[in-house]
Amino acid sequence: MMRSRLFGFPGGLRLPRWKDLSDHAAIMTAPVPDKLIIPLQQHTGDACRPVVAVGDRVSRGDRVGQPPGYYGACIHAASSGTVIALENHPVIGGSAPCVVIRTDGADTWSPCLPPPLDPGNIGTETLIERLWSCGVVGMGGATFPTDIKLAAARAAGVRLLIINGIECEPGITCDDRLIRERAREVVLGTRLFRDCLAVDETLLALEEDRTEARTALEQALADTGETGIRVVSVPARYPSGSERQLIEQLTGREVPSGGLPLDIGMLCQNVGTVAAAWRAVTRGEPVTGRIVTVTGQGVCRPANIEARLGTPLAELIELAGGYTDSAARLVMGGPMMGVSLTTDALPLTKGCNCLLVGDNGDLPAPQPAMPCIRCGACADACPVLLLPQQLHWHALGQNLDSLRSAGLDDCIECGACAVVCPSHIPLVREFRDAKTAIAMRDLERERAERARQRFAFRQQRLERERREAEEQRRRKKEALARASESASGGDDPRKAAIQAAVERARRKRAASRPGHGQSVPTADDERT
Amino acid sequence: MRFPEYSAPHLAPATSVGLVMRRVVYAVVPGAAVMALLFGWGVLLNMLLAVTTALICEALMLRLRGRPTGPYLRDCSAVLAALLLALALPPLLPWWITVLGVAFGLIFGKHLYGGLGFNPFNPAMVGYVVLLISFPREMTLWPAPAFIGGTGPDLWQTLVYVFSGHFPDQLQFDAISRATPLDEVRVRLGQDESLQAIRGGPAFGTLGAHGWEWINLLFLAGGLWLLRCRVIGWQIPVGVLAGIAVPALLFSLIGPDQYPGAAFHLLAGGAMLGAFFIATDPVSAATTRRGRLYYGLGIGILTWVIRTWGGYPDGIAFAVLLMNMAAPLIDQYTRPRIHGRGSA
Repeated sequence: MMRSRLFGFPGGLRLPRWKDLSDHAAIMTAPVPDKLIIPLQQHTGDACRPVVAVGDRVSRGDRVGQPPGYYGACIHAASSGTVIALENHPVIGGSAPCVVIRTDGADTWSPCLPPPLDPGNIGTETLIERLWSCGVVGMGGATFPTDIKLAAARAAGVRLLIINGIECEPGITCDDRLIRERAREVVLGTRLFRDCLAVDETLLALEEDRTEARTALEQALADTGETGIRVVSVPARYPSGSERQLIEQLTGREVPSGGLPLDIGMLCQNVGTVAAAWRAVTRGEPVTGRIVTVTGQGVCRPANIEARLGTPLAELIELAGGYTDSAARLVMGGPMMGVSLTTDALPLTKGCNCLLVGDNGDLPAPQPAMPCIRCGACADACPVLLLPQQLHWHALGQNLDSLRSAGLDDCIECGACAVVCPSHIPLVREFRDAKTAIAMRDLERERAERARQRFAFRQQRLERERREAEEQRRRKKEALARASESASGGDDPRKAAIQAAVERARRKRAASRPGHGQSVPTADDERT
Repeated sequence: MRFPEYSAPHLAPATSVGLVMRRVVYAVVPGAAVMALLFGWGVLLNMLLAVTTALICEALMLRLRGRPTGPYLRDCSAVLAALLLALALPPLLPWWITVLGVAFGLIFGKHLYGGLGFNPFNPAMVGYVVLLISFPREMTLWPAPAFIGGTGPDLWQTLVYVFSGHFPDQLQFDAISRATPLDEVRVRLGQDESLQAIRGGPAFGTLGAHGWEWINLLFLAGGLWLLRCRVIGWQIPVGVLAGIAVPALLFSLIGPDQYPGAAFHLLAGGAMLGAFFIATDPVSAATTRRGRLYYGLGIGILTWVIRTWGGYPDGIAFAVLLMNMAAPLIDQYTRPRIHGRGSA
């Protein structure tokens, strides 16, 4: 099945590309730093638990963290050395437990790496196992554990495999350089996934201005004699690299709202991910580093750097020639969806594809927001056909139900609406806050519901216990009555009455007397 | 090194409210210039009075509402509303009527609803309609376009008339006034004259009406420039023009002697100003793409209906206000299908 035409997607923006800053710079290898700070969470899912102790010797590729359950990815030592601390450390997005390794400079590979496998003859099960043990996650920035994605894909069945080589955010060129310099790895990694999933069709998507990358890929396809992978170029329109928009323009089909590409028989993988998978399979290499673009008007020599995970970002900036005088902003990722960083004293993680250092012209401080004038520029730019101006209205009124019914959950937070807004309204921030508010409210409702159920259950239990106690008392009374009847036989009923009166008086005395020894049986008496 | 922390997106915004409004102001200039050439100093005087009043009212209301005056005055929305209202007014209107209209539009039509972005009605049209209803005589007295009836009043005469209500040196208003083409057609059709006879008069040109056709063509040019800059979308102007032209064309085919054709309707009155500049006020218009087309169509059709069967020569202002009322409903029923969801 050959497709030649593209289907496009609604909305989107032509953004400045900023690619020429760094796309000419060949991937340089960063030296191993003296100290590696390896966060125990570098993926979506549960944070890893450390499996090393302070003082342990580790080699490159040794596992230092393992997820507690299914949803997570293993973390490995990025070089050889000694674990000197297990402690919280500032990371991208806050503070988190890290394994700190003082490197020994030898950078020796671990002797117990998993064995190389024959990629032509690998079962899906083995591949999934290998991806898990090598800590392979989505290298495009999403960092979803690849083994879980593949397991789900195998269960659901995939007809179309899309390898995503699109970097639609301005400035990012790490995948471009990866493809240009290691096209063979990308092609073979792609083939690995394709063969394991037995898909009908495999597409490798690039942006149309990435001509060198395309040439390199076609060369690699020819060299490997691969004919079942087709390279497709799409217009450089943001956010064409977003999974849903990519699928829409390649196939004309929409991923259902709230669903996954798997629901329509498709799977997307980033080029960096398939290359990492290829290394994991053929060399047994866990993910211990990644390529990161360091670019922007705020660095002297924009570069693409392959660095070890845990390397301080400041060292990467140094490798790119350091800050220029105009450096004013530091962003992890691109200028549209990236995370603003306050400091460069943070370690490199698996999801960090770009360090963007902007000046006040490119990445200015946000301007004060004006009221929405309902111009609709945001709706024209929205790739999922939302009406951000209406969402904004509902968000102003804290109207969470209206927000939800207007499609807030479908927002991919691409930022297109906020960039075109003439009133400079921070729409994405509003929508993210609203999503959080909705999640909190749902949690609160769930809690309230649980509390209500618990209360109702308790009331029920108390009622039941009361009834049981009553029943027991009644039965005891009957038994007592029967017993006294049979014991006294034909005795004078008056005698029994006197006996009962004596008994009552004794009990009363016991109850009124202060003293701990007596009060307990009294209470017991009363209860039975 | 420490850096400030802001939320994504970090890219510099491409535009601003002030830029959008200023572009609309630029686009209105050619049409306004021709209007001034044809109708004299009064047009410029109206614009000056209106803009001054607008700035004073805006500053006053912002102060009263405790809002920062600087950024809101710089957004130019009040200036634009005042200019659009001024262009809709007869050129020799007593000054206090212009001031009243602008002040009412901005204070009651805009700020009492919460200011920029919160007004359900187009402030310029609120001001216009209030004046039209309150001062029907003054609001329909237009001078003849200069190159038909000779030269109009000079600057001094205009100033004296606007500020005192009388011309100096025995110049009579009647001598220079003339009904607008739309008004003339309406009145004379009402007297059972045939369109053929009416259009033979000097007020009418080849396309629409003498002078007015140039004004409309230049407003059209300004509007096309706005379209090209993507300041406005095509939906509203196309809707308005189609809404006027289609019924006009159909009826003129049925009764060519009673119903003026599409070209006359589009070029003789305020159609182009209305379609590209007034109806496109985003705040009070429908906001979905499909909704804007319906909104524009509604304005166009209502305008044609009012012109044809209503009590006023032009109907843009009423049509805009009526459709302003319908905008929330239109938006409700024209929400686009969200990506990945089933139909509707």
